[in-house]
Amino acid sequence: MTTSPFLDLDAIEVLYGHAILALRGVSLEVAQGSIVALLGANGAGKTTTLKAISNLLASERGHLSRGTITWRGEVTTRLDPADLVAKGIVQVLEGRHVFPQLTVEENLLSGGFLRRPSRRALTDDLERVYSWFPRLKQRRKARCGLTSGGEQQMVAIGRALMTHPTLVLLDEPSMGLAPIIVEEIFHIIRDLNTKEGVSFVLAEQNAHLVLRFADHGYVLENGRVAASGTAAELAARDDVAEFYLGSAASGARPAALAQHDPVA
Amino acid sequence: MSFFIETLVGGLLAGVMYSLVAIGFVLVFKASGVFNFAQGSMVLCAALTFVTLRDKEIPFWLAAVITLAIMVAIAILIERVVLRPLVNRPQITLFMATLGLSFVIEGLAQIAMGASVHELDLGIIDTPVKFGDVQVSQFDLVAAGTAAVLVAALSIFFSRTRTGIALRAIADDPQAALSIGIRLQSLWQIVWGVAGFVSLVAGLLWGARQGVQFALTLVVLKALPVLIIGGFTSIAGAIVGGLIVGASDSLAEIYLGNLLGGSVSTWFSYVLAVAFLLVRPAGLFGEAPIERI
Repeated sequence: MTTSPFLDLDAIEVLYGHAILALRGVSLEVAQGSIVALLGANGAGKTTTLKAISNLLASERGHLSRGTITWRGEVTTRLDPADLVAKGIVQVLEGRHVFPQLTVEENLLSGGFLRRPSRRALTDDLERVYSWFPRLKQRRKARCGLTSGGEQQMVAIGRALMTHPTLVLLDEPSMGLAPIIVEEIFHIIRDLNTKEGVSFVLAEQNAHLVLRFADHGYVLENGRVAASGTAAELAARDDVAEFYLGSAASGARPAALAQHDPVA
Repeated sequence: MSFFIETLVGGLLAGVMYSLVAIGFVLVFKASGVFNFAQGSMVLCAALTFVTLRDKEIPFWLAAVITLAIMVAIAILIERVVLRPLVNRPQITLFMATLGLSFVIEGLAQIAMGASVHELDLGIIDTPVKFGDVQVSQFDLVAAGTAAVLVAALSIFFSRTRTGIALRAIADDPQAALSIGIRLQSLWQIVWGVAGFVSLVAGLLWGARQGVQFALTLVVLKALPVLIIGGFTSIAGAIVGGLIVGASDSLAEIYLGNLLGGSVSTWFSYVLAVAFLLVRPAGLFGEAPIERI
């Protein structure tokens, strides 16, 4: 894939509260129309990287202390999050973050406000999202806080689609969801990518899963890029497989999870 | 019996006056999580400005429009100068800021417009109206009608308009609102502007009833039990809370006053509020957090 730079991170460093260095020189590239996976353990810097791209660090007293982020040839440092959304980058936050007291439909509508569309155009957009997530149409009048985790993830993605993005940053879309729902959501993501040309950056701990859908991948470790390559290359590499994919034996993963589960 | 009904109705209508002040709190609290202690000063400031303009022989509607413009300007200024630099600070910091602000507004308003008591005439005739055996104050009826219109307008604003939905979204999850491109700061300015408008309405009615004077800021203290009972996040709650406070205050004064040595209405609603805090801390209509298990 050789396209003009779409999204480009050049050796970025992120500081939280002027003291904690969360990213130590991360460089990565996203080509137009691709799905890029961001892998790594908890605290490796996946979320921070995404928030640096969407300029959402300020609300957690973080800032870009070094390096530049370029979006379609424009340095984004001085833009506020709403400007970036208007320019086509939208983030779906970790843990879904739907508006619990609003109905499903109001949640989706809220994503469309920034563009100030006509009432007609807004309804068309809504129908388009419902065609991607038919399940949401049945639940349109339900208060979002009372819907299932899978439905909330769909609302969060649908709400982001209402902004007409060209690049969606998805933070841990599989978190806390049943495998069958996760599978459904990832297939929709792939369809959105191939049919609508939306690019994605997916931060995921479930590397097995995400490398099946992604074109490229980056492995983060302690705020640095530890490995990168095409999804196929990463999946084939022994060291990556060992650290991030777990052993291939299907029984091993649940056992490891059970060990780390504080409730068990 | 008709005496009981008269006391009850009088109390309910007086309660609506508290609701008017409480609504201003609810608006700002819902959208930005700030308990704006300066709301009472804004009420005073609105009433003072209006009276001063009226004393200069400016016609009623023009005076109302000018006062509204000043109130909205003050509200936007507060958001920009005081609250914006404090974004992401703990709630108590914001609360202290508005507490300080209330003194600044009171002081400046009195420097500019004097501290003497003004009479405010809205042209409402305050003769009692008779419904059968029950006498009701006409002024109170007008106040209740005004509150009803205000609440209807606000509830349409919050459920039907894009700005209203966006404001509720911010109240739910500011971080998520930011992530989908909702501009928090411009919406905060809008909500402070609306709170300025509400304080104008409250200021005119309270001013007309009590005279425009420094003590007007004390209605804030009466709005507190209203908010605790009704819930800090619900406009309907502010109305119901106001009705409960008004009715229970006046009934308690009449029926418990002799037993407890009078002045029951000054404290009764606070006792009620404490009881609510113990049993139902979110208030009657407050949004209890939705928790999925």
